[in-house]
Amino acid sequence: MSAASKAGHVDHGHVDHGHGHGHGHADAGSHGSFRDYMTGFVLSVILTAIPFILVMGNILGNDRITGIVIMGFAVAQIVVHMIYFLHMNTKSEGGWTILALIFTLTLVIITLAGSLWVMYHLNTNMMPQHMHMG
Amino acid sequence: MATHATPAMNFEPGRNPGVTIPQVDPTTFYDAKGEHHPEGSTMLGFWLYLMSDCLIFAALFATYAVVGRNYAAGPSPKDLFDLPLVALNTSMLLFSSITYGFAMLEMEKGDLSRVQIWLAVTGLFGLAFVGLELYEFHHLIHEGATPQRSAFLSAFFTLVGTHGLHVSLGIVWLVTLMAQVHKRGLVPENKRRLLCLSMFWHFLDVIWIGVFTFVYLMGVLQ
Repeated sequence: MSAASKAGHVDHGHVDHGHGHGHGHADAGSHGSFRDYMTGFVLSVILTAIPFILVMGNILGNDRITGIVIMGFAVAQIVVHMIYFLHMNTKSEGGWTILALIFTLTLVIITLAGSLWVMYHLNTNMMPQHMHMG
Repeated sequence: MATHATPAMNFEPGRNPGVTIPQVDPTTFYDAKGEHHPEGSTMLGFWLYLMSDCLIFAALFATYAVVGRNYAAGPSPKDLFDLPLVALNTSMLLFSSITYGFAMLEMEKGDLSRVQIWLAVTGLFGLAFVGLELYEFHHLIHEGATPQRSAFLSAFFTLVGTHGLHVSLGIVWLVTLMAQVHKRGLVPENKRRLLCLSMFWHFLDVIWIGVFTFVYLMGVLQ
């Protein structure tokens, strides 16, 4: 491990000599190319346009199915943004960025699913009483 | 720049007594100067900030999910939302994302004037986004759909407004960095700052995907 990282630094050092520049390399791995950005952009446009068309044109005819489909498109587009715009990968910062992301996603899912679950049951249980009083 | 350029070349024996390897391998001293770390830890730290920001939005999304259908006999999303306007707004943010990407690519090449041009274009798209959102909010409030009207509207204005506030502050940050780059050029510090703003900006676009899908499109469906 330490040998590998040392070798990495030696390599950086040589690159630096070539550039005559001490910092430029530090994030070299985290940048996308023009091709990456354009791929991400085109995919995003497609993944944005389809949900809008589906909803505005009422193409599928069923609100429930449309809702599930556009949620799927949203998840796909978020993944596209993460990869092509935010340059996420499993190796950046020694894997710590992806680990932080996974941890955050876990919390987000608990927050969203937990809130909906609890509040749905609360509403269902409160409803009959409400009806009686009304 | 020139003095900073070749840290390894400036090596003098005895300046770094802790390191025993002689000049044979000058690159060894690169990291001994501790120059490698600030950049890396800044990006990771900023990423952690973004993740915590993500949790704020998660809480606001959860609030909207829970009370989003409590209209209090007031207007529903179907009555209020103008999808063509939202589509235009979405495209503004998406364009600003790709133009910021172009600014990053020019930064890699070291082309200062093009970086500034793309940053300016990004800022204008950002302004268009905020402008359209303010127009929408003004229109809603004018129709009586104020945050006080119902739980749905409170949650809506809080969620979308928080996102809009982030974009507005992102524009302030962008202008600040344009001034910095103008004054000091593409020095490592400015590159690092531009990279942080790049993450911030793309992150806001990711949040907006959730907003237009979950709030606007699904709101109109129900």
